[in-house]
Amino acid sequence: MEIKKNIALSDTGFVFDPSTGNSFSTNPIGLEIIQYMRQGLSDGKIQELILNRYEVDKNTVEKDMEDFMTMLSKLKLTGSYEKD
Amino acid sequence: MKKISVAVTGLNAIDSPGPGISVIRALRESKVFDVRIIGLSYETLEPGIYMHDLVDKTYQVPLPSTGMELLMQRLAYICSQEKMDVIIPNFDAELFNYIKLSDRIKKELGISTFLPDLDAFEARHKVNLSEYGKKHGIRVPKSKTIFNIAELSTLKQEFEYPLAIKGKFYDATIVYSYEQAVAAFNKIASKWGLPIIAQEFVRGEEVNVTAIGDGKGALIGAVPMKKQYITDKGKAWSGISIDDNKLLDMTRRLMTSTKWRGGLELEIVKTDAEEYYLLEINPRFPAWIYLAVGCGQNHPEALVRMALGETVKPFTTYEVGKLFVRYSYDMIVDLKEFEKISTSGEL
Repeated sequence: MEIKKNIALSDTGFVFDPSTGNSFSTNPIGLEIIQYMRQGLSDGKIQELILNRYEVDKNTVEKDMEDFMTMLSKLKLTGSYEKD
Repeated sequence: MKKISVAVTGLNAIDSPGPGISVIRALRESKVFDVRIIGLSYETLEPGIYMHDLVDKTYQVPLPSTGMELLMQRLAYICSQEKMDVIIPNFDAELFNYIKLSDRIKKELGISTFLPDLDAFEARHKVNLSEYGKKHGIRVPKSKTIFNIAELSTLKQEFEYPLAIKGKFYDATIVYSYEQAVAAFNKIASKWGLPIIAQEFVRGEEVNVTAIGDGKGALIGAVPMKKQYITDKGKAWSGISIDDNKLLDMTRRLMTSTKWRGGLELEIVKTDAEEYYLLEINPRFPAWIYLAVGCGQNHPEALVRMALGETVKPFTTYEVGKLFVRYSYDMIVDLKEFEKISTSGEL
């Protein structure tokens, strides 16, 4: 899944979508995932990185990632940004 | 900086605020003009009358309903006391008079205005909005103009509740039943008169655009804003500038096809399916116009420059993610000041 390219993301986890004016806060793990998404990493690669960095089992990462992606999609933070 | 004097109406910085104070703040921040501000007020408790750091002198003017001649007489009197280079009227209800009088105001009093022509002004009126949408290729919620309370009972054949019941100039109420529609009709009709507009309710996010046109089809500036905090009167108490090219394209198309002259505000609902419905066109700057200044586009300054015959280059950028947060503030006013504006009509 792709994160919108135009969103602003701060180091504190504050997310601003300039096309809607909506803003959100995410925790450090959410911030890390969005940063990976912005680098264009696949969902599988992101899961792998999270598994390597934190003490967590694969099932939990898969489930939490799916929940997080669903939320990003609901908040319209995913998909391409139409410039025109 | 060039010294000029600008008269401004809409000093009612209240819970349903007029744009005057924001327009004045924009002019005070002008980089090309050193402005003297003449406030034109209708009521003695319009807060702007007492904001002496913003308004240099205020004169009461007759209500729009008293007609054009009284307004001309009052403006002629004010001209005998003050030099006025430009007038910026900021109320929908007074614009008809000012548009009709604009040539006389210029010829007889030497004051410039920068207003839409009467055809453009009338065409965008709420009662004509459906036609307007069709003509300019813009989605507009289905609406019906109602002149008689009995017509409300026929609405269920054409509309589903909820509906928006709107006054011809101001006010709107969302109603969920025939009974609520009758109550809203009576309330709005008693305040603003007839007709009333019944409009299909479109669910979505409220976004607005403040814009200014040169009267020849060019869009001089535009800043879209999403309302973030809305009062019970439906007014934005805070908002944020957004990057929305579809909104800007819609605004540009409108400016080109209508050759709009002056400031306007588009009120739009953006649905979940990302469709844009134009709810209203307000034919003047909105009360939140100062946000445009904060974003790098001083529309009131551009309007004054064009009113004085200058050519203004269109703004090409604005800052996205700037917020305005409105606040209320109690001024302490000496009774002598209230007495002076109440008895002499000047302060």
